[in-house]
Amino acid sequence: MGKFMKSITCLVVLMIGASAFAASGEIELEKSGNDPGNTASLQRGARNFMSYCAGCHSAIYVRYKSIARDLELNEEQLIDNLMFNAERPFETIQASMPASDAARWFGRAPPDMSLMARAKGTDYIYNFLRGFYLDPDSPTGVDNLHLSGTSMPNVLWELQGYQRAVFVAGEADEAGTAPHVFDGFESVTTGTMSAKEFDEFVRDTVNFLEYISEPIRRTRRVLGVWVLLFLSFFLFVSWKLYKDIWKDVPK
Amino acid sequence: MARIESEVGTPQGGFMKWIDDRFPFTATMKYHVTEYYASKNFNFWYVFGVLSMFVLVMQFISGIFLTMNYKPDAAEAFASVEYIMRDVEWGWLIRYMHSTGASFMFIVVFLHMFRAMLYGSYRKPRELLWIIGMMIFFALMAEAFAGYLLPWGQMSYWGAQVIISLFGAIPFIGDALVEIIRGDYSISDITLNRFFALHVIVIPLALIALVFVHIVALHEVGSSNPDGIEIKNKKGPDGIPLDGVAFHPYHTAKDLVAIIIFLMFFSAVMFFAPDLGGYFLEHANFEPANMQVTPEHIAPIWYFTPFYAILRAVPNKLWGTILFAAAVMLPIFLPWLDRSRVSSIRYRGWIYKMALTLFVVSFISLGWLGMQPAEQIYVVWARIFAVMYFAFFLLMPYYTAIDKTKPVPDRVVYHG
Repeated sequence: MGKFMKSITCLVVLMIGASAFAASGEIELEKSGNDPGNTASLQRGARNFMSYCAGCHSAIYVRYKSIARDLELNEEQLIDNLMFNAERPFETIQASMPASDAARWFGRAPPDMSLMARAKGTDYIYNFLRGFYLDPDSPTGVDNLHLSGTSMPNVLWELQGYQRAVFVAGEADEAGTAPHVFDGFESVTTGTMSAKEFDEFVRDTVNFLEYISEPIRRTRRVLGVWVLLFLSFFLFVSWKLYKDIWKDVPK
Repeated sequence: MARIESEVGTPQGGFMKWIDDRFPFTATMKYHVTEYYASKNFNFWYVFGVLSMFVLVMQFISGIFLTMNYKPDAAEAFASVEYIMRDVEWGWLIRYMHSTGASFMFIVVFLHMFRAMLYGSYRKPRELLWIIGMMIFFALMAEAFAGYLLPWGQMSYWGAQVIISLFGAIPFIGDALVEIIRGDYSISDITLNRFFALHVIVIPLALIALVFVHIVALHEVGSSNPDGIEIKNKKGPDGIPLDGVAFHPYHTAKDLVAIIIFLMFFSAVMFFAPDLGGYFLEHANFEPANMQVTPEHIAPIWYFTPFYAILRAVPNKLWGTILFAAAVMLPIFLPWLDRSRVSSIRYRGWIYKMALTLFVVSFISLGWLGMQPAEQIYVVWARIFAVMYFAFFLLMPYYTAIDKTKPVPDRVVYHG
């Protein structure tokens, strides 16, 4: 199937999907179910990110030092486990692969990951990373269910193994064309992880991405509780003041 | 050495007399604060004026601190916002205060305007007060629009692209006007710089001047009240309106309670959901502006969507732009469109109550539709609600004139 036909099919699938799922308009995303309050998961996610993602993807607004502080790591742990491509802890996460080369090799430079979770949502990334399937027509050998024609190779294939996407003929439209409807993945080769372990692996990674997209999240939520408590007290005082001042106003 | 007091101008009657001989401080305070009488039966709806001022001050203060760290440069703007969010001490709080404040500003201003429609606050003798208020609303829209470009995200860029291109629909001068606004052939670093200048100097100065004039006009004619009657018509022997209480300490004490309750709502959003599911901070704006990639779905921020939906509902670009502008400006004429014998919703008949309900339904529906992709079904609904929106204003002279009204009391009423 040529690129053109594939994009046409994709468009049709999307349009049918739009009528099927009304508001969502796309293949339904599984919930990522990550917990940014889980520090152990964030630590595993940081490890995953540095081992599998940071070779190509930068996170240029994120400082190693602040990761160490927020993920409860000491400097030694930080340098030994995460700082593969930096000299000093205050540096930000730069990709090992030069962006100009990346653009030549992949067609476009891999996007920066600092804000990806806020731009696309954690559910999308969770499904995207689990959504690669074999496609002999693609230069990388794989396509992605959630971003058709992606130039990203399946870097997690060793862990996940390869899978095939099963499409079935959907309901024919008015013109009599039956669209391809996604009907699940089929494992082709097994990876070093079970499906459940792999989901956990991706969940931890997504968790880390959510953390770096807004490192202050935990702080603001803790502070917010105190602010609301203070305001409740202040509300009580001001209410008493109001009642006292207005007591001589006849109704 | 003995000093002769009078020669050096040291006060005889105390410090305040010294001031008052040179500046009418006490008189001004009395006129505007301690002896400004407003109705004692103000309800929930009457807090949004003071809340608008409160949010305005909050925007000024947080804005000043943002300016200290923000860089109005297409190459650095996006990164400088992230620098504020991550590296500047308390920068995240200042930034969220400002971004949440922008949305809350429109919430309180919409409710403030709705209050005027409920109780006929725009009616004689408050027509000019209402017009000045509408000018504040236009200035706020311009301020918000200019400010939205500054983070230089995808939605900043493409939202501005869509709205600025509307001026291109104006015959003859359109294209030239668009170039003047952008300062370039597309939205660029130059546009960003001039929008920054507008956002931090020109429009804030206009806002301060307009708010000042709004309050001077208010204190000249006096505040309205939920009964839509003039408290000045019933004065006691001391010349004080029988139903009025002084702004300070009475109304200030009440407003303090309102401000704290407001701050609780504000904090709940700012600390626990600063992007409010994509409504207050749009998801696509976390990607830097990219003039080569158009987002799949461009939607303005929520407070512009009711008017944006009207724009999109019209197939012709020029007429869409005209109706868009008309929808924003029509409320100016409310004082002359309203022919009812009474001011307050309390004494109006069922026709106005129904019309106002339909107006609210159409405004909220248009707001929702403006966020949806431009699919046929949404466009059809947008047309229906746009007709309702315009009908509310254009048919008002007829339905308010024939609407049955109830007798209005002489004195203000509680919970009526």
